[in-house]
Order: sequence, then structure tokens, then C-alpha cells
Amino acid sequence: MSISTSWRTAAITAGAIALAAGAAQAQDKEIVIGLQCDRTGPTQIVGTVLCPGYHDYINLVNSKGGVEGYKIKAIEIDHEYKVPPAMEAHERFKKDGAVLEGVYGTPQIAALTKKLEEDKILGTSPGFGTAAAADGKRYPYIFPIAASYWSQGAAAVDFAKRQLGGSLKGKKIAYIYFDNPAGKEPIAVIEDLAKIEGFEMRTFAVPSPGVEMAAQVLDITGRFKPDFVIAHLFGRAPSVSIKEFKGKGYPLSKVVSLVWGSSEADIQAAGGYGVAEGYHTMQFAGVGSDFQVIKDINAMYKAQGKSPPKEQETSVYYNRGLMIAALHVEAIRNAVKAKGGAKPTSEDVKNGMEALKDFTLGGMVPPITVTPEDHEGGGWVQVWTVKGGKLVKDGEWFQAYRDVIKKHLQAIN
Amino acid sequence: MLHRESGVFKTSYAADMALYPLPIARWTVAAVILLFAVVLPLTVHEYYLSIVNLVLIAIVGALGLNILVGYTGQISVGHAAFMSVGAYTAANLAVHLHLPFWVTLPAGGLMAALIGGIVGIPSLRIKGLYLAIATLAGQLIIEWIINHTPAISGGAQASIEVPRPVFMGRQIKTQGQLYYFLLFFAVLATLATLNLVRSRIGRAFVAIRDQDIAAEIIGINIFRYKLLSFAISSFYAGVCGVLYTYYFGIANYEAFQIGVSIDYLAMIIIGGLGSVLGTIFGAIFVTMLPIVLRLTMEPLGGLFFDAGELSSIIASTRLILFGCLIIFFLVVEPEGLNRLWRNIRNYFRVWPFSY
Repeated sequence: MSISTSWRTAAITAGAIALAAGAAQAQDKEIVIGLQCDRTGPTQIVGTVLCPGYHDYINLVNSKGGVEGYKIKAIEIDHEYKVPPAMEAHERFKKDGAVLEGVYGTPQIAALTKKLEEDKILGTSPGFGTAAAADGKRYPYIFPIAASYWSQGAAAVDFAKRQLGGSLKGKKIAYIYFDNPAGKEPIAVIEDLAKIEGFEMRTFAVPSPGVEMAAQVLDITGRFKPDFVIAHLFGRAPSVSIKEFKGKGYPLSKVVSLVWGSSEADIQAAGGYGVAEGYHTMQFAGVGSDFQVIKDINAMYKAQGKSPPKEQETSVYYNRGLMIAALHVEAIRNAVKAKGGAKPTSEDVKNGMEALKDFTLGGMVPPITVTPEDHEGGGWVQVWTVKGGKLVKDGEWFQAYRDVIKKHLQAIN
Repeated sequence: MLHRESGVFKTSYAADMALYPLPIARWTVAAVILLFAVVLPLTVHEYYLSIVNLVLIAIVGALGLNILVGYTGQISVGHAAFMSVGAYTAANLAVHLHLPFWVTLPAGGLMAALIGGIVGIPSLRIKGLYLAIATLAGQLIIEWIINHTPAISGGAQASIEVPRPVFMGRQIKTQGQLYYFLLFFAVLATLATLNLVRSRIGRAFVAIRDQDIAAEIIGINIFRYKLLSFAISSFYAGVCGVLYTYYFGIANYEAFQIGVSIDYLAMIIIGGLGSVLGTIFGAIFVTMLPIVLRLTMEPLGGLFFDAGELSSIIASTRLILFGCLIIFFLVVEPEGLNRLWRNIRNYFRVWPFSY
């Protein structure tokens, strides 16, 4: 016991010295943001692309003189999708004076919910975490700022309705999902919509890690024979589902995937665009490189004598990184403006985030409007379809069944 | 540790069994207690306390696993599942019955002990890798049950928010307050383990580990002690899960998946199987090494790269270094950090002579 503790002290002291030596003093004209990432864990397929996108946007803002005269410093911590390091990351951000935190991962945002509120630092959870976090009164410091799983589920039903000629009466919809809390979350909303719209809905669970779903897909295509399929899968599972549906001869033009089964990487892993022709993907940020902001970033790289980052090839996740960074920066901009140019506190930035209105970043971001009541920003999504070797936009930003979502939000209070 | 005895002058069994045979050892213990109870929390920034807090929780869980794997020789890869059993038991009691932490904490431990005893039943017939697979099944079954039973998990999100623990009318919520809360239980768990392993039960565990047939012949009830080992180990895991729950303010089974079980196995293997001190070394090593590596790489790498590039480099390099260091330490001393520490100590005991 005595031996252990002295060893422990030594280790802690060593760590403390190492940090003290490197800790830069926060400057007056610098605003710190914390970003949690998963570049090395089970969801690295997202993190290795999303986080470089985030940094690219911050660098772009800084290269243009920063936000209202303030430089942005983004500290990134890779938590490997583990929960305890998320708490360590939060404490580190707090120590370095971060005004907001980009959290990554459903278990991580759950574990930090209480601490963020106690420390009065806002955390964003774009596209994951509990749908209830849309309620700003209940979770004042959690900001999904992108469509929750409820909104995504509702939007998928709306999309199916349009694809099936405007009515779902008597139709059959299959919901195939990853058997975890995130996968199960939309079920309640879709079940509700089944009653309202008069369609038959059946759920098919895919157990973790989701690389084996022949039985479920056979059940769907051979027995249930649905008119439309909503898929909500993560990691390697989406690509497997594309292959299985293709293999069973089910038309992929009748499948829509929620936001985490929607990247170029999933399509490539399934065997390429030829295999996935017709597959519908749901997005909360724009897809492709045809946006002014990406041109600006490439110009910035060119000015430094570098070629554009290869991460841009997976534009779905790269653009999401840009979107998250852009919303963070806009919240800070609002906060600085509201304080008349003074350095904002985390509380000011929270108010700045709640003042976001119709910010679109040249079409890459939906017309998000965040209010103190609605931290989700409206639940906007876009559907992009695999067509002729690339993802093609299938209509504009839309939101669906907001009254049903509102009813569910009220029901949990 | 820093002292050496000049001979053996023990005249009674009590003196022989004492945890700290020399007065100077007791003073060292007192100094260390002073350091951790007073000096550290008063001098160190809250951030470093948050790291120590993670280590303290890990120590409780790793001690439990070492009782089972290190002392009794039964492999388990279902340790994290028992943590989630403790976590959800405590969370449900705290939220639905408004019970304070000093009730929910042992209750979570006891429930985990019960489930652990049941999952341990296969150990009566199978050993080694076969038992590992049986406990793996336990891990997956428990995860599945929690995920699919809203009565336990509290709904589709499978997470229950718990209020902060209250001690003497005050909420324990800052890292400093949580530090004392966790330190108390980590010390309690360490003392309990130190005493358990030198008791009749502990010696029975070791006998079973060394040769279970021989243990049975000398009169140890294998049935009873194997299940007892699973139950005690799971009790620690349950308490560890409750501590996580109070630390984060939420019970969520996704924080206790199979990867966590592997992390805890790594802790006790790196630290040293069948050693309390080694468990503590291992918990420190596995929890703190990634953090320390990052903290040292940040200022160094900051000289050459910009923030975005640096993040990418650190994330990958840290993983490589972490793996290399584990291999390095295990090659240098396969019996773990504890043995390494003892070798160094023994060398300096007789220094400057070689023996």
C-alpha cells in the first residue's frame, strides 16, 4: 500500500510537470474550443474524416483574421470512443478555458450531460445522443444542432411517403436497425406515424457488431415484402446491408438510410456506386465539394503550397466537420457581437448558440434556427441518392411531422 | 519501500501477520495518507484530480478482477457486465426509491455478486479458455437483457440519470468532492483485499489457483470457494459500476461493454496477477499512460505541426506507443509491474553489493 501510493504520486507529478511545461497561457485575443474525437476507436471511419474537416474550417476562419478579431484555438482530444476519457477531456477543456465543447458519441454525451450543466459549458451532439436533448428547457447545456434520431425517423417516413406516391395507407415499411439504444430510439416515433398514416411497420434488429444480417434481410425481402425500408445502422453494418439487399434482389431505390449509414465510405465498402445504385442516404449537412466554403479552404491550402486534403473525398463526414465548426464559430460570433466585442464567457456562447438564425453556409447547412426551447434547430435533413456513380441531391432541405416530434418531447417531461 | 530491515525479530504470530511490520513502514503509510488526503487535493488543479478519480474507480474494479483471475485462477471476460448490473441497481434504487448512496452502493455490489455467482456456475465444470467463453456469454447476455428490459434500463435510451450523492446535507459534485468520495472507497477496497487475501478465504483461493484437485483433497470446498470468488469479484465490480454511475451522474450500459472487460484484464496482467500492489500499478498504467503520452506529445509536437495535423499524429502515435510500452514492460518482466518494482527494490536493499 505504502509502496503503491508513492509510485502513484511520482506518476502524477511527472504528468503534472509535463503538462505545466507545455500549457500555453490563454491569450487575450484567443478563444478556446474543445473538440472530442474518435480517430482510433470503433467509429474511426467517421472521426478520421470529420475532425480534419473541423480543423480546416477553424484554420480558414483564423486565416481570414478570426472571429471579430479573436483567433480560435481548437483543442482536440481523441477518446477512442471510451467513456472515462470523455470526462478527462471535459476537465481538460475546462482547465484551458474552453467556451464550448464538441462532444462525440452517444455514451459520451450521456456521461457528460450532468457535468456540462454543472460547469455551465455547452456541449454539442450533432446527429447522435438522446432525442430528448432537443428540449432546451430540460437540457439547457446540450445542443444537438442537427436532426435527432426522432426527426430522422420521421423524415424517413415522409420521404417514403413521397416516393410511394403521396400516401402510405395500407403500405408496409420495414425498419432495420442496430440493436442498441441509438438504433431503437426512432421506433416510438415511427410506430406513432404508422397509426397516423395507416401503414404497417415491422422492426428487424441487427445485433452488434452488425456484420451478419442475412437472416434479417431475408426475413424482410422474402417474408415481409415491404414497400419501403428504413435502415438505421452504424459502423460496418450499412455496407453489409447494401450488399445483402442487393444480393436478395430488393431494389435499393426503396431503401433509405439514416445519417450514420450514408457516407461514400459505406457505399465503397459495399462494392462501389454500381452496386449501391438507387440507395437513398439521409444527410444533415450538404454532400460533395461544390460549396463556396470548400473552395475557400482549397484556396487556403493552395496559398500554403499544398494540395487539398484527401479527406474531402469522403465529403459526407468532411462536410459534417465543417458544419459543426461553422455552427460553433457562429455561436461565438453572436456572443462577441452581443458583448460589443468583449471576450465572451461560456454562458455568452450558450446565448449566442441560442441566437442562431437561418445560418446556411451557402447551402451546406440547413436553415437552422436554435432557440432556448429548441436546441435541435428544426430537425432539417436532405436526402441524397446514389445515381450514376455519385451522390445526387434528391430535393431540398425538409423537416417532417414536427407536431408528432413535439408531442413526444412533451411526453417525456 | 524506502527503508530496509536489519533482521527478523518477530516474537509473536500477531507481529508476523502485521500488514506493516516496522514502525517506519507505518510512518510511511501515515505520510502517504496525509499526502493523498490533504496535500494533493489542496495543491493540484481540479483537472489532475479528475484523472486521479478515474484511476481510483479503476482500482476498485481491477482489485475485484484480480481476486478472481489473479488469486483464484478463474478467467473472466465478463467483468464490465457486472459493473453495469451494479450501476443499474443503484440507479433504479436512487431514482425510484430515493435511497442515499450508502444504501445503493452496497446494494449494487450485492446484486452484482448474486448475478456474478450465477455466471460463475460454469466454472465448476470448465477451466481456462472454456471458462473465458462462458463468461463472455455472461457479458453478452447481461448486455442484451439490460438493453431489452425497459424496467431495468429505464426506456429506449437505456440510461438513467441519477442525482449527485449527498453527504451530510451537501451534494458531492465537483472533482474535489468526488475525489474524497472515491478515495474513501478505493482505500476501503484496497484494505479489504489486503485482508481478504491473507485470510482463510484468500488462502483457499490461492490453493484452488495453484492446483484445484490438491485443494479439494486438503479439504477445501471447491464448489463454495469458486462461487464465492466470483461473488466477491463481482461485488467489487458492482461497486465500481456504482462509482462510475455517481461519477458521471448517469447509468448507461454502453459504458460497460466488452472492451471495458478487456481493459480491466489488461490492467491486472500488466500490473501483476495475484498482487494488490500490482493491481494499483496496472490501474494507474492503463488509465494514465494514454493521458501522459498525450500531455508530453502536445508541447513537443506543437513545435513542428499545426493543431489539426498534430491531433491526427498524436492520436495514432499514442496508440502505437501505448502498445509498445505494454509489450516492453511485459517482455522485461512477464510477471508485471509489481514484480518489476520488487526486483528494483531488492536490488537496492543490498546495494552496493550484488547479494
